Amino acid sequence: MSRGTVIDLCYLVAAVSFILALKGLSSPKRARAGNLLAAAGMAVAIGVTFAQPHLDHVGLIVIAMVIGTAVGVPAARLVKMTAMPQMVAAFNGVGGGAAAVVSITEFIGSDPKQVATYKVLEVVFGVLVGALSFAGSALAFVKLQELITTRPVVYPAQQMINAAVGVASLGIVLAILITSSTALIWVLLALALILGVIFVLPIGGADVPVLISLLNSFTGLAVAASGFTLNSNVLVVAGTLVGASGMLLTRMMSTAMGRSLPNILFSAFGSVVTASGATESADGRSVRAGTAEDVGTLLAYSRKVVIIPGYGLAVAQAQHTAKELADALLARGVDVFYAIHPVAGRMPGHMNVLLAEANVPYEELKEMDDANPELATADVALVVGANDTVNPSARNTPGSPIYGMPIINADSAENIVFLKRSMRPGFAGIDNELLYDPKTTMLFGDAKDTLKKLVAAVNKA
Amino acid sequence: MTNGLLELFTIFILAGFVGIEVISKVPSILHTPLMSGSNAIHGVILVGSMIVLGSAHTGAEEALGFIAVILATLNVVGGFVVTDRMLHMFKPRQAPPSGPAAPEPPEKPADGSAV
Repeated sequence: MSRGTVIDLCYLVAAVSFILALKGLSSPKRARAGNLLAAAGMAVAIGVTFAQPHLDHVGLIVIAMVIGTAVGVPAARLVKMTAMPQMVAAFNGVGGGAAAVVSITEFIGSDPKQVATYKVLEVVFGVLVGALSFAGSALAFVKLQELITTRPVVYPAQQMINAAVGVASLGIVLAILITSSTALIWVLLALALILGVIFVLPIGGADVPVLISLLNSFTGLAVAASGFTLNSNVLVVAGTLVGASGMLLTRMMSTAMGRSLPNILFSAFGSVVTASGATESADGRSVRAGTAEDVGTLLAYSRKVVIIPGYGLAVAQAQHTAKELADALLARGVDVFYAIHPVAGRMPGHMNVLLAEANVPYEELKEMDDANPELATADVALVVGANDTVNPSARNTPGSPIYGMPIINADSAENIVFLKRSMRPGFAGIDNELLYDPKTTMLFGDAKDTLKKLVAAVNKA
Repeated sequence: MTNGLLELFTIFILAGFVGIEVISKVPSILHTPLMSGSNAIHGVILVGSMIVLGSAHTGAEEALGFIAVILATLNVVGGFVVTDRMLHMFKPRQAPPSGPAAPEPPEKPADGSAV
């Protein structure tokens, strides 16, 4: 066997490991092994690339890899679990950027006169999609990190402007295909970066996770395009795997939110805040604010308590205190479990990760469909920093922006307790009827502080 | 269309179907780790970046290749480390609610809510 054959076989091994890894990541038991398998496959692919004949600048390659590792590993290790979504966005963005740069470099290094049109098409696709993913992910990071507003950014004639930039990009693509001009590729790069930014601006914070999943899929396709350009099987296989599975995952996520993908991407959802900031709404209804002592007693003498966590719990880093409260109640013989909305937190599954971090066992976590029948017999629904995911207007108000989104039926419990910072609406920017329900008690303040007070109150009761 | 292109195109189409089939039944709790894991997998662009830098002829190509390798390395190491940290949180089922946690790797306290 020649050296080239051995190298190609190693790439095949890597490609197979990626497929098995995705399979493993679909099951809780094998997920971690799956990820490690993919990492091993990646190590094989990188290792044999060093054995490629005619590989120059090995020193430079190693230096660049050391720099990337020195930045990437601490960043990935030190980030808080609550900041995970923006980290995924950042690492996705750099991948897209790398794909765009690879395509550009390969293009300017070749003689334009001798390049077949399909080769140019591959390059153009890689640059356009890779750069769009890079800029879009960067903005998604900035939004989730709350460096700019998490609400949709809208301006006059937005759709027209976006469409104009899109059409201009396509025009440049055609011009490059006809002329094979290397100068125009830089224009395309600039337009793709702008496109990435203006594409993400009107998307609100709550929808950004779905967007990241979509951009993840885009990066996969850009990598596949680079694979075509470089004639590399492993790049095509891995890129396409991610591109295809990412599209499916994006659809699963938007289904979990009860919305269509175009609606998420183009409707500037939640740009208008319709709720008032006061404890009294425009039509004069008021909410009932309670004390931690009252609620603590209520919880301590309940038979069944359902905790419904939301992003507020994550922001307040209150997952450990929530577990303390649950343990205190369990010790008193109260039946306690957590009802997890599929999109609770900032990403589907994010809440499970946060609660798992606090050592909450699996059995205490119930997914929405299993939790809803139980809520009808629950004494207390304790809503910790969630809002839109328990808003009954998703069921009752056809005109509501979140109408049709599956929700956790907190309203069917006998008592409802909201732990909330203020009356501010959730990401969807709409008022929540449930806050004004006579069965509802509000506990205002930081979720962690309030939970601490509740633990103390339960222990005293 | 050359045979080489046709071959790649065949691989592309088949890999697309595999990608869809392989994750068709994933519980929503694993959506985030799955996204993060597949994010790490497209870090395979590092192989392409290495090839591009390794075959650079001009200074401009070298500079671009160098940037590509840095970016792609970030994608690979960051992607895998973040995914592993997420999945590390999923504890095995047998742990009793009040039992002491298994010994944690040293980075654990820095992750969480201690700050």
